[in-house]
Amino acid sequence: MRGGPVLHAAVATRSFRRYSTYRAATLAGIFTNSVFGIIYSYAYLALWKDNPTAGGYDAQDAVTYVWLGQALLMTIALWGGGSTDDLAERVRTGDVAIDLHRPVGLVGWYLASDLGRAAYHLLTRGLGPTVIGYVLFDIALPPSPLTALAFAVSLVLAVVVSFAIRFLVASTAFWLLDQSGVKVMSGAFAIFFSGMMLPLVLFPGWLGALAQALPWASYVQVPADVWLGKHTGGDLVAALGFQVMWAVVLLAACQGALHLATRKVVVQGG
Amino acid sequence: MADTAAVHLRSYLQIASLWIRAAWQYPTSFVLLAAGNGLITGLDFVGLWIMFVHLDDLAGFELHEVALLYGSASLALAVADTAIGSVERIGAYIRTGRLDQMMTKPVPLLVQVCADQFTLRRLGRLTQASLVFGWACTFVDWTPLRVLVAVSMLVSGGLVFFGLFVGFSCIQFWTTDSTEFANAFTYGGATVTQYPLTIFPREVLVGLTFVIPVAFVNWYPCLYLLGRSDPAGMPEALQFASPVAGVLTMAAALLVWRSGVRHYTSTGS
Amino acid sequence: MSVTGSVDPPLIDVRDLERTFDVRRRVEGRRRKARETVLAVHDLSFSVTAGEMVGYIGPNGAGKSTTIKMLTGILVPTGGQVRVAGLDPSRDRVALARRIGVVFGQRTTLWWDLPLRDSFDLLQKMYRIPPERYRANLDRFVDLLDLGGQLDTPVRQLSLGQRMRGDITAALLHDPEVLYLDEPTIGLDVVSKGRLREFLRALNEERSTTLILTTHDLQDIEALCDRVIVIDHGTSVYDGTLAGLHAEGGSSRTLVVDLVDEAPPIAVPGATVRRVDGPRQWLSFPAEASAAPVVAAVAASYDVADLSIQEPAIEDVIRELYSRSG
Repeated sequence: MRGGPVLHAAVATRSFRRYSTYRAATLAGIFTNSVFGIIYSYAYLALWKDNPTAGGYDAQDAVTYVWLGQALLMTIALWGGGSTDDLAERVRTGDVAIDLHRPVGLVGWYLASDLGRAAYHLLTRGLGPTVIGYVLFDIALPPSPLTALAFAVSLVLAVVVSFAIRFLVASTAFWLLDQSGVKVMSGAFAIFFSGMMLPLVLFPGWLGALAQALPWASYVQVPADVWLGKHTGGDLVAALGFQVMWAVVLLAACQGALHLATRKVVVQGG
Repeated sequence: MADTAAVHLRSYLQIASLWIRAAWQYPTSFVLLAAGNGLITGLDFVGLWIMFVHLDDLAGFELHEVALLYGSASLALAVADTAIGSVERIGAYIRTGRLDQMMTKPVPLLVQVCADQFTLRRLGRLTQASLVFGWACTFVDWTPLRVLVAVSMLVSGGLVFFGLFVGFSCIQFWTTDSTEFANAFTYGGATVTQYPLTIFPREVLVGLTFVIPVAFVNWYPCLYLLGRSDPAGMPEALQFASPVAGVLTMAAALLVWRSGVRHYTSTGS
Repeated sequence: MSVTGSVDPPLIDVRDLERTFDVRRRVEGRRRKARETVLAVHDLSFSVTAGEMVGYIGPNGAGKSTTIKMLTGILVPTGGQVRVAGLDPSRDRVALARRIGVVFGQRTTLWWDLPLRDSFDLLQKMYRIPPERYRANLDRFVDLLDLGGQLDTPVRQLSLGQRMRGDITAALLHDPEVLYLDEPTIGLDVVSKGRLREFLRALNEERSTTLILTTHDLQDIEALCDRVIVIDHGTSVYDGTLAGLHAEGGSSRTLVVDLVDEAPPIAVPGATVRRVDGPRQWLSFPAEASAAPVVAAVAASYDVADLSIQEPAIEDVIRELYSRSG
């Protein structure tokens, strides 16, 4: 990563501060998260009442899963958005041509910015629904300090994987001028394959196998299972390793996309 | 209003057809977007189907019954969504000054906002919902009265969603920050209709009947269509009351809209 | 009876207009923003009769766009009264919309992805323009504004000048009685500006369309407006003819004299030397006065190689008025 850690820390902090000005929006968001949390909790309770061990979960696991999903929604920017929207905008206006010539790695820059944002969303729209879920539905908490730590690691990895995919989506703007179409489709896939709509452990047969192998599984399913203590020992390492693998592969893809884009910009003159 | 509703409808259609022509300039993109829209909105039903891999019934409702609930609500939502389009983005119109421009034209503001950027790609959702609803309908024991109730259900459902989305979008006249607050009621209301409402505590059901009346979009009429007695013991008359809910929600939404526009012209942006 | 004393009732009648805004401003030393009431427009009165071409000018933030918004019904006044064509703009917005045209300088009202022609067709339907009238108007404006080749071009592919002309056509197809133009020549090249001004003059002559022009381009004013209203800090500081504006502002014309040889400052009655640079001298004299006596006096007493006259910069006049009121 070109540009030192101090620079990237500064970028992250600035991003955090920028998002923290949206206080009213954050409160409104926590309210909405909670309403959806309540709706899905009752839906899952109905399902698990009829089938108490569906997908290897019990009812409390399932309800905890709902609230974790709501808490993670903004942190990992599941619907899209975050710092990569800035990238897409700069591509649209052509300003990105300047960025491509700066001596700072673009991917690292935007990643730092997104992590700053994610930190803010974690503290507000992550913590908020978790607390409300605990109060209303008595959701399960991590069974041990090690689990809690593993969850924290898994969460950071989830943000990185999500960032990489969003970066790739935003970089389509170099070719399509407008990322919105791709962004909407990517968001829809993310909702489905992250386990946000329904835990991936419920997906039957080949669909389940596919879903658990795709990068979106890193978003919600893996961190949630870590939190619930479903992965221990070697299993835990494998789960985190899965996220690391996708993070590395996708970040490399981001660099590749940027390389192609730079060539295009140079050849076509922006 | 000096003009009648028919005149407004004609204005709406005139504006909408212009947008359709614009989209049709790029046919492949149009078809792709419509297909994509159908796919995305169809994922909801895939989710429900997956649930039923693990269940025989959800709160006593089998898959085809849940499909009836889902299909009818989704159809009503699709129609409402197609009709009202950009009203959700009214905050952006205010910010860019486009709303002011619309106010200089001799067409009611709400008609212009709803017709703006009319897009037929929402037909994707409409198609997908029709398929699910159509399939579910094959399991229904039809009588003439049931057909009437079904039609009234779809129309009223559209009116309820129309009213909900227009009404809650008006929050953007007062604030630009807290707009996500509205999603809890609009999209939350739409999500709730996918499930048999007995999964919720009774207080919630009452709220969904008398406060945010989404229960009338599909739940009560479907009970009649499926020949089921109300599991929560609510009055049977509610099963025929969808039109009332539709009209009342619309009326409330129009009042909120008027109030919002008045606020806008009184305070500026 | 109107304020101007003419027989026709005024088309636009503004009396004691007032508009306040509640603004939340950051105040030093306090955590929460303080609430303030800003007086954007106050004690504003004027009337415009049909067929007038009025320039409405003022510095940024003076209240120009606020006034226009109240005239078009986008904003409700907090005090006073406004009537356009006998209608209350905010109450009878739709009825009034049929009789006015509005052109916003920065944003187009046309539909971006569609050919120009389609936008016009939709406007015909919106305004319910009779087909023969529509065709006649369209042909006339397309001809005058030289849009013939662009009718089938999507709006987003038009140049700024073409789009502006398209917007003006769009605003005029329904024969409005009043045309509000907000910065219509901004971003246009000199030639286009000239053509547009010619068009507006012709429009006013042919159809007596009342023109309200808000602009920072003072050459627009000079070319088009017999009457100027200068607004500053929310109220009118001048309302009258353009010539009067020069007099009011105490502006002066300049006679540039190129003498054969260098000489000490020229002394003639009615003129003052402002600047000397070698054989060239700049003399200023009051704007209302004729240049002839000054020229004659200079030519009689000095060896003159060449002469020219510079008109007063309207900017200076305006600045003088602003500084006086502010």
